[in-house]
Amino acid sequence: MIHFDKVMKEYPASGRVLHDINIKIQPNEFVSIVGQSGAGKTTLLKLLLAEERPTEGIVFIEDANINKLNRRDINSLRRRIGSVFQDFRLLPYKTAFENIAFAMEAAGRSDQEIASDVPHVLDLVNLGDKMMNFPHELSGGEKQRVAIARAIINQPDIIIADEPTGNLDPISTNEVIQILQKINDLGTIIILTTHNKGVVDILGRRVITIDQGRVVRDDEQGRYSL
Amino acid sequence: MWTSIKRVGKAGFVNFWRNGFVSLASLSVMTVTLLIIGVTIFFSALLNSSLEQLKNKVDINVYFVTSAPESDILALKKDIEALPEVKSVEYLSRDDVLNEFKGKHADDELILQAFDELGDNPLGATFNINATDPSQYESITKFVEDKTGQAGAASIVRKVSYHGDKKEAIDSLTNFITSSKRIGSLIITLFIFISVLITFNTIQLVIYSSREEISVMRLVGASMTYIRGPFMVTGIMYGIIAGIISLFALYLVALYLGPSTTLFFGGVNLASYYLSHFPLVFMVIVGGGVALGAVSSFLAVRRYLTI
Repeated sequence: MIHFDKVMKEYPASGRVLHDINIKIQPNEFVSIVGQSGAGKTTLLKLLLAEERPTEGIVFIEDANINKLNRRDINSLRRRIGSVFQDFRLLPYKTAFENIAFAMEAAGRSDQEIASDVPHVLDLVNLGDKMMNFPHELSGGEKQRVAIARAIINQPDIIIADEPTGNLDPISTNEVIQILQKINDLGTIIILTTHNKGVVDILGRRVITIDQGRVVRDDEQGRYSL
Repeated sequence: MWTSIKRVGKAGFVNFWRNGFVSLASLSVMTVTLLIIGVTIFFSALLNSSLEQLKNKVDINVYFVTSAPESDILALKKDIEALPEVKSVEYLSRDDVLNEFKGKHADDELILQAFDELGDNPLGATFNINATDPSQYESITKFVEDKTGQAGAASIVRKVSYHGDKKEAIDSLTNFITSSKRIGSLIITLFIFISVLITFNTIQLVIYSSREEISVMRLVGASMTYIRGPFMVTGIMYGIIAGIISLFALYLVALYLGPSTTLFFGGVNLASYYLSHFPLVFMVIVGGGVALGAVSSFLAVRRYLTI
């Protein structure tokens, strides 16, 4: 489903950050990518979102070489990928409801669909009563749940979660991971980058370890080890 | 399509409303810009009209002898009109002059009586000649004098009057106005340029503060138009509202200064100028505001759409 084929990425300023990456991810997989800061995890995710292009090699999603997509196709690719970030990245002047509605509007969904789906997904992440709150009125865990709701609203094939628990307390971390697991159970690929040993070990799923831009371990049922 | 337009419009309006303080700042800056442009329009209208008034005040009067045959007078008129530097020649026949004179002295019984007793009209016909440019008067005077001088003793012209002293005063005033217009327009152009730049930068800053938002919108797969649209709507709203505020403020200024401008600059009343030129003023002020808002938003957002 996702295939990094001999991918190399080089920045003019910082040199080579990814070397010869070969990863295949199948539908239904829940993959954790671990590694020290600066190992290249975020760059890998940026390549998948077509925010960056590889210097060498190809990134495939299904059969499409995503580096050859034009702007319009990149937009529709991004609608098939939900993303969740450590810093939440919600739109500050929109309510929880509007933040999620925005992703649906961008995908060209109708007002009726928005009116019925958004409350439903907010209920799923336990935020039914905070629909009309602005991000600054929500706690870190709540913000992250809004971000997850936004990521799943268009029923994406893939969810990219870049250190989603980095700013959260243990209870919120747990909630977020449980929600991600639930989404994965419904058939969505989850790609999670994290520094949290506990999270990776509890999951007991595939773990890819990256060190200095290279894949050094790839275990089907891995544990966090650096 | 319609849904998108509706959503973009609504989002623009909501942005405007929720960013109240930022909107207020942008509105103020834009209002000042538009006011400067409006004052420029007034200023140049006043200067133009006073220059025009002054020019019209200078004329050459040609007085004909009473016995001058009308055909000769009309022939001379044709000759003078043929000169490129002549703007207009007004011909007042003997009867016209008499009527005008009587009209002026309608209250003076004595004079009117004297005319009646005289029986015959003692006044000769006259020309009022206006030149296209004040500097041309001397050559026109000379032309008329030469032309009628050739007729020798039997000249039909009694007198060509042209006040050199009046001309000098008017010349220096004209020079003053033209040079102040030149300096004025230079300063105003600079003002407009600076204030447009400030408005442009204010909007750039407003959008700079939204750059994170723009990148999030890109990441959820929103199209360029869908991201840019609301910002442009907000920019256009700044333009419309600032334009309306400026129009209103300018009207108050025009109303207040109207009577004194009539006295000082002669002729033009600022308030009536404003009303009679309202479509133009509206187009320039509101149109300018809308264009400024839309273009600056468009360019500012473009910078952050590269992801």
